[in-house]
Amino acid sequence: MDETRKRSHTYGDDELPPPIERIPVLRWLKENLFSSWFNAILTVVFTVFIVVLLLGLGKWALGARWEVIPANLKLLLVGTYPLEDIWRIWTTLYLISFLVGSAGGSRGGLMRQISMTIAIVSVVLAILPFGLMTRGWILGMGASTGIGFLLGHFGKRFRRYKHIEIGLWVLSLPVTIMLVNGISGLLPVVEGRNSWGLMLNIIGAIVGIALSFPIGILLALGRRSELPAIRLICTAYIEIIRGVPLITLLFMASIMLQLLLPSNVRPDLLIRAMMTITAFEAAYMAENVRGGLQAIPKGQYEAANAVGLNKLLTTTLIIMPQALRLVIPAIVGQFISLFMDTTLFGFIAILELLHISRSIMGNVQWRGTIFELYVFIGVVFWLACYSMSYISRRIEKSLGVGER
Amino acid sequence: MSTNNNEGIIILRDVHKWYGDFHVLRGVSFSMHTGEVLVICGPSGSGKSTCIRTINRLEDHQKGQIIVDGIELTNDLRNIEAIRRDVGMVFQQFNLFPHLTVLQNVSLAPFWVLKMKKSKAEEIALQLLERVGIPDQADKYPGQLSGGQQQRVAIARALAMSPKIMLFDEPTSALDPEMIKEVLDVMKELARSGMTMIVVTHEMGFAREVADRIIFFDYGQIVEENTPEDFFHNPQHERTKLFLSQILDY
Repeated sequence: MDETRKRSHTYGDDELPPPIERIPVLRWLKENLFSSWFNAILTVVFTVFIVVLLLGLGKWALGARWEVIPANLKLLLVGTYPLEDIWRIWTTLYLISFLVGSAGGSRGGLMRQISMTIAIVSVVLAILPFGLMTRGWILGMGASTGIGFLLGHFGKRFRRYKHIEIGLWVLSLPVTIMLVNGISGLLPVVEGRNSWGLMLNIIGAIVGIALSFPIGILLALGRRSELPAIRLICTAYIEIIRGVPLITLLFMASIMLQLLLPSNVRPDLLIRAMMTITAFEAAYMAENVRGGLQAIPKGQYEAANAVGLNKLLTTTLIIMPQALRLVIPAIVGQFISLFMDTTLFGFIAILELLHISRSIMGNVQWRGTIFELYVFIGVVFWLACYSMSYISRRIEKSLGVGER
Repeated sequence: MSTNNNEGIIILRDVHKWYGDFHVLRGVSFSMHTGEVLVICGPSGSGKSTCIRTINRLEDHQKGQIIVDGIELTNDLRNIEAIRRDVGMVFQQFNLFPHLTVLQNVSLAPFWVLKMKKSKAEEIALQLLERVGIPDQADKYPGQLSGGQQQRVAIARALAMSPKIMLFDEPTSALDPEMIKEVLDVMKELARSGMTMIVVTHEMGFAREVADRIIFFDYGQIVEENTPEDFFHNPQHERTKLFLSQILDY
């Protein structure tokens, strides 16, 4: 297609613009909502139903004991993480917002939008009536994003800058975990890591995503391998894991593994849970990626072979980039469900957001605040999942350039 | 280079191939010397595409011998990779890499396979795009180009590996009529520059003007092998005469 012609089309003498249809509000109502007696009755009944529902919700929301949220906010977000160590979490957040800002400054586009959002949100949050200390910490996040942004903006002229950035992103995951958890010898290890509230959902999801994605890609390639042994192992793994519910695997990891492994090998419960969710999601990831691989026409392999690319180069340069692009929606959908699946950690005594809230509900002082807490949990999860799907749509759009 | 270059840069001896029970190639033998332009024509399903695809091992043959530039094609991966570096191929459906720009399509193989410097690979790519007449499209994606432009990019991509032999598998069959000429012009220029070429095509005008030799295929066999002059004016076999009458009458 001729791109320039499509963009700046001007109408010649004998060409006409397409007719514009204007529909008045009343006609729209008549056509869509009151086109027949039956439709008119349905419209009225559902309007009454919705209004009653909204009134009830509004009445409850006004009288609800929302104070349960701010009073327990620290518990919900980071659980029993000791207050004197909370600077570690802030430092982690600073590091990440710095990296996001830097990427926004050097690359623009989506990353710039995200860094703007962080900066704005941190300013807005700082206006809310938190303690002075907390406000300071929050503002610092906006500041580190800004510093990152400026550095990225001016650093991008150096050729190596973007490479260094990618390296820092890769390093950020282990550094984050070391900071938050502590590392023997350098930083004291923080105890009680099985009750860290929302932080556990986030860490669980990030670790799960970061590990299950590459493992899933390898499994997908393995399932299509020409070597029967590899194909068999990968297929068996995928099919077995996909046949068992995650909760079952989690129970197995928490209880059965203890029985099977020698008594001196006792991996931490949280680590076992994260390994399980990774293993589980990798199988689904593999099937998503395989779907993308199957959609790549044979001609792409032939063309890559004909110019002399070997198998490894053909896969990494030609096939995988196209296959992954095709399945971005499916992959992001899976990331979203992975994030929500981390609430299942609660059933093996890892108190993430959902289950730490249940311990608040059980507290006499906060009796009867079930709905308030569930609404809060719902909003937190919705925000996180909607952001992921928004980011995925943006990525799809930006990769759609020059698509066939 | 190799000891038996005087025998020919491409040698096929009694090549057979089966798809399951279907006997596609039934004893194909021919040889070519450097700089020759060979046109292969014949009805569809006659095995002509399969035949040239065995030359860079996109298809394997089950019997017989194929020797390209002194290297015999076997299952040995090193031989296959060596031959693919020396043999460029242009496909009916272009098969450009849709996620890469035109410049990246052309410079990819020199950079990754020949381990050229990126700047050098891009310089060569730009020269080749100039040669096929589309230097101004370098930063576009294949999906933004017309069919004729895409096929010329595909030719440039194959040439970027500085091949000794170029294979064309019905390069104009998927093109709109008005774009066929621009592709044939590029191929003509390539033939004049001394490139060894095998072209599977139905473009009889091209065959008449450019080919040194024409091979006519039917039922997986070479029915007739002739100079363009004799092929068109003095065909030997009834099958060739029938084919020519059907294809040239319009």
